[in-house]
Amino acid sequence: MTAAATKTPLPLAGCTPADGGNPLGANIDYEYFMDCVHCGLCLGSCPTYVETGNENDSPRGRIYLWRAVADGRAELSPEAQGHLNLCLECMACETACPSGVQYHNIIHSFKKDMTRLAPPAPTVTALQRFMLFNLTPFRDRMRLALLPVRILQMIGLGGLVRLGGKLLPKSLRSMQEIVPDLHAHHNLPEFLPAIGPRRAKVGLMLGCAQDAFFPQANLATALVLQHNGCDVVIPKAQGCCGALHAHAGLDKEAATLAMTNCHVFDKALGGLADCDAIINNAGGCGPVIKNYGHMLEGGDCTKEGSLFGKKAKDIMEFLAELGPVKPKYPLKLNATYHDACGLAHAQKIRSQPRQMLAMIEGLSLRPLNESEFCCGAAGSYNITQPEMSNTLGERKAKNVLETGAEAVLSGNVGCLLQMIRHIRDHKPNFWVAHPVEALAAAYTGKRPVGLRKNA
Amino acid sequence: MDAKILDQLRAVVGPAGMITNDSELLVYECDGFTIERNKPEVVVFPNDTAQVSRIVKICHQAKVPFLPRGAGTSLAGGCLPIGGGVVISLARMKRIWEVDSRNRFAVVDPGLVNVWLTNQIKSSGWHFAPDPSSQGACTIGGNVATNSGGPHTLKYGVTVNHILGVEMVLPDGEIVMLGGPVEDSPGYDLTGVTVGSEGTFGVACRSWVRITRNPHGYRTLLGVFETVDDATEAISGIIAAGIVPAALELLDSLILRAVEEAFGFGFPLDAGAVLIMEVDGIEAGLDEEASRIEEIAKKARAREIRRADTEAQRLLLWKCRKQAFGAVGRLAPSYCTQDGVVPRTRLPEMLRTIRSISEKYQIKIANVFHAGDGNLHPILLFDERDSEQVKKVLDASTEILDACLSMGGSVTGEHGIGVEKISFMPKLFSPADLGMFARLRKAFNPDGLCSPGKMLPTAGACNEAGHVHTDGAHAPNKPGRRAAL
Ligand SMILES: Cc1cc2nc3c(=O)[nH]c(=O)nc-3n(C[C@H](O)[C@H](O)[C@H](O)COP(=O)(O)OP(=O)(O)OC[C@H]3O[C@@H](n4cnc5c(N)ncnc54)[C@H](O)[C@@H]3O)c2cc1C
Ligand code: SF4
Ligand code: SF4
Repeated sequence: MTAAATKTPLPLAGCTPADGGNPLGANIDYEYFMDCVHCGLCLGSCPTYVETGNENDSPRGRIYLWRAVADGRAELSPEAQGHLNLCLECMACETACPSGVQYHNIIHSFKKDMTRLAPPAPTVTALQRFMLFNLTPFRDRMRLALLPVRILQMIGLGGLVRLGGKLLPKSLRSMQEIVPDLHAHHNLPEFLPAIGPRRAKVGLMLGCAQDAFFPQANLATALVLQHNGCDVVIPKAQGCCGALHAHAGLDKEAATLAMTNCHVFDKALGGLADCDAIINNAGGCGPVIKNYGHMLEGGDCTKEGSLFGKKAKDIMEFLAELGPVKPKYPLKLNATYHDACGLAHAQKIRSQPRQMLAMIEGLSLRPLNESEFCCGAAGSYNITQPEMSNTLGERKAKNVLETGAEAVLSGNVGCLLQMIRHIRDHKPNFWVAHPVEALAAAYTGKRPVGLRKNA
Repeated sequence: MDAKILDQLRAVVGPAGMITNDSELLVYECDGFTIERNKPEVVVFPNDTAQVSRIVKICHQAKVPFLPRGAGTSLAGGCLPIGGGVVISLARMKRIWEVDSRNRFAVVDPGLVNVWLTNQIKSSGWHFAPDPSSQGACTIGGNVATNSGGPHTLKYGVTVNHILGVEMVLPDGEIVMLGGPVEDSPGYDLTGVTVGSEGTFGVACRSWVRITRNPHGYRTLLGVFETVDDATEAISGIIAAGIVPAALELLDSLILRAVEEAFGFGFPLDAGAVLIMEVDGIEAGLDEEASRIEEIAKKARAREIRRADTEAQRLLLWKCRKQAFGAVGRLAPSYCTQDGVVPRTRLPEMLRTIRSISEKYQIKIANVFHAGDGNLHPILLFDERDSEQVKKVLDASTEILDACLSMGGSVTGEHGIGVEKISFMPKLFSPADLGMFARLRKAFNPDGLCSPGKMLPTAGACNEAGHVHTDGAHAPNKPGRRAAL
C-alpha cells in the first residue's frame, strides 16, 4: 500500500505559505475528506468534468487533490490550483454523492487559503474585482452604475450598448455582456399590506444584483406575497446578503454584511422573532442567508444570525409551505424551468416552484434536459472563468431552445443573466424570467413586462 | 518518461489533451479500489479511434505500458497503472453515433456514460439494459471491459448479451472490427471473448449495443423481514415457483441504516433485511404475478409488504438500492466492497459465515446483494488510516471469498478480477485453464504492454501458467500483484 494518508499534515513541498501561517489545507476538519470513499458516482453530474473529461476537474479529483495538498503529498502546482478554481461550486456533486460528502466545506477550505495567500487570479482584473466586490453589493451604487445603460435601452439603443461592448477592453466586456434589458426601477415602499385575510408577516430581501438587474422580480415577489395574505416589510437600509464575498472566501466581509442585515431587519420587523419568514428570491443567495447562524458564530450577533438563518426562506419554498392562494387569471405560456444550483442542490428546492407554476391556468411546463446542470453563471464565475462559463451557457441555451418553449423560468438572478446572454443570440425575444413574474401576472391579470407579444 | 515519447503523444492529442504534471497525475493513481495506488507518467485524452490507435502505436513502439480508463469506478483496481506508463482516458469520446430502433441497436463511443444512452432513447420507448449500480457515472466502454451486470440482469442478462460488435484498437495499434450490427456473424465470436477482458486485449472504442424495449409496466414490492434467513427463504420460494423477476435485491440492516440516512425512503430500521422484488412486462398478468410474490413472501414470514405505488416511489427505491455502496460512506471512513457468488440455496449459510468472520476480525460488514443470482456484496467497513484495520479487512475478505469457493461459487460476480482478485485465479481455475487464458491473451496482447498485471496471475511477457503465484490476497508487493512487471 502506498503512503496511507496521515492526519498530521506533513511539511509542504514548495507550497509553504508566504505569510508563514498555517500550511495549506490545515484549516479543514480532516473528517470531511474521509467522507469521500472514492466511488466516482459523482462524476457524471459534475459539469466541469463532463466538459473536460479530466478527473482533476471532477468532485472526486478535487477532493483528492486538496487532500493530497493538505497531506503534503502533492504540490499545489498552478495546474492543480487551476482545477480547483474551475469548480463552479454548483454542489451538483453533493446531490449525487450517496456518501454525504460535504463538498462545500472542502472547497471553501481551499478558497479560504487562496484568499489568504495568493494574489487574486490573473483573470480577474482590478477593475472587475472592484465592480464585483465594491459595486454589486450595494444596490444604489449598482443602480447608478447601470444608469447610462438603462437610458440607452429606454430609447431603444440597447443593441448599441451590446455592440459598444466590442469596443470595451476585453476584461470589461464579460461584465458588460451580462447586462440584460433593464426595466424601469420600482422603489418599493417599506411596508405593503396583505390583500385578503392576513395570514403572515414577512420581511423581504431585495438582493443587490437582483434589485439592479431585475427590479420587476422584486416587485412581483412583493405582489405575490400580498396576494397570499402577507404583510410585507421591506427595510430600505438592507444590503447585500454577502454571498459573493462568502463564495470568494472573504468570510470577514461577508459576516459584516450579514450583521448589517440582522440589525436592519430586526429593527424594521420589530424583532426577528416576530415575523413568520424573511423571504429572498435569489436562489444563489438563499443558502448563504440560511447559513447566517454559522457565519456569525462567536460574534456579538450570534443569536440574531441563527434566528435570521432559521427564518430565511426562498419565495417558492415559503408559498408552498404556507399553502398558496389560487391565482385568478390565466397566463397562456409554453415554458420550461431551469433548476438554479442554489435552489436545487444547496437548498433541495425542486418541486415547490413547479408546484406553484402548475397552479397557473394556461401555463404548461415542458421538461428541460439537464435541468439541474449548472448554466455557468455561478456567482462571479462568468468573470473569473469566462471560457467554461461560456461553454456551459451555450449548453444550457441549446437545451432550453430544444424544448420548443417560448420562455424559461428560473429562480436565481445569476442564471437569468447568463441565460439571457446566451439565448439572446439565438432568439432575441425569448422570455427569460423569474417564476414569480409569471405568478404575479396570474394574480394581477397584468401581462409581465418582459414578455413580448411575438415571443 | 522519455521526452521524445511525450512529444510524440503531444503531436497526437495536443497540449490540452494530456497531463504530465505530478499533482494532476496523482488523481489517476487509483480508481474505486484505493488500497493499491500507483501514479501513471502521463494521461492522454484522445478524441477518436484514430487518435487512440496512434497513441497505442507510440506505446507499442517505445515498449511503454498503457492502460485504458473509463470513469474509474472499478472496484477491483482495474485502472491501477502498474509500472506507470500511459493512461488512455476515454472520457472525451462520448458521442452517440447512431440509434437504429428498427434494427434495435445503437452505436456509441466508449466514454459515453451508461445512463446517458438510456436518457437519450427512453422517450421513444427504449433503454440500454445493463444497469450497474454505478450507471450514472460508469462508461459503456468500462461495461464492455468488465462485462458489467446490475439488478436487472437477472432477467435481461449481463453486458455481453447486449453487445453486438466492438471496434477495437489492438495492443499494436491496429484497428479491428469485431462482430457488428448483424446478429450471428460467422467466424469466431471475438466480441464475446473481448467483453470482460478488462482491458487486456486492447482498447474498446465504438460499440454496437443492443437496445431493449421498455416494459409496459412494473410492479415493485418491498418485503420487510425479521431475519435474513426469512428473506432468503422467500427468494428461493419465488424462483422455485417459476417466476422470473426483473430484479430481486436484498439489503441487510446495516445497509438499511446507511441508505435511510442518505435518502430517507422510510425503511424500517429494526428489520433484519428487506427484499426489493420487481416484475415487469406487459400489463396483463403483472398484478397476478405480484400477488403470487406477495403470498410467497408472507409464507416466509414477511412482516410487511409495501408496493411502490408511483413511478417516483419506484425510482426512489431503486436509487436507494443503487447508491447503497456509496451510502455506507456514512458508516465508516473507508469501505471495501466484495463481490462473491454462491449457489442461491446456500445464501443463508454464506451470510452466517460472513457474520462469524465479522465477529472474528471485529470488522463491521454490511450486506447488499443481487439475491436472484446468488451474487453477494459484503461491504467491509474500516478506516484506511489504520494499517491494522486494513490488514484485517484484507484477511477477512480472503476468508469470505474462500468460503464462496468452498460452497461451489466464485470470487467475482460482476466487479471483475483487476488486481484485487488476481491471487484467487489459481483457486478458481486449473493450471490448464489458466494456460489457455494466457495463450489467448498472448494472441491479442503478445508484448503484455496493454493493462499489464491485470486479470491473470502473471503479466507482461512471462505470461505462462507455470509462473502463477498463489500468495495470499493481501500481498500487494508480492509478484502477481503490483510488482508483476
Ligand atoms: C458504487 C459502485 C457500484 C457498482 N456497481 C456495479 C454493479 O452493480 N455491477 C457491476 O458490474 N459493476 C459495478 N461497479 C463496478 C464498475 O462500476 C463497473 O465495473 C463499470 O463497468 C466500470 O466502468 P468504468 O467506466 O468506470 O471503467 P473503469 O473503472 O475506468 O475501468 C474498468 C476496467 O475496464 C478497463 N476499461 C475501461 N474502459 C475500457 C475501454 N474502452 N477498453 C478497454 N478496457 C477498458 C479498465 O482498464 C479497467 O480494467 C460498481 C462500482 C461502484 C463504485
Ligand atoms: S464525492 Fe461522494 S460520490 Fe464522489 S467519489 Fe467521493 S464519495 Fe463518491
Ligand atoms: S461543485 Fe459543481 S463544479 Fe464543483 S466539483 Fe461539485 S459538481 Fe463539480
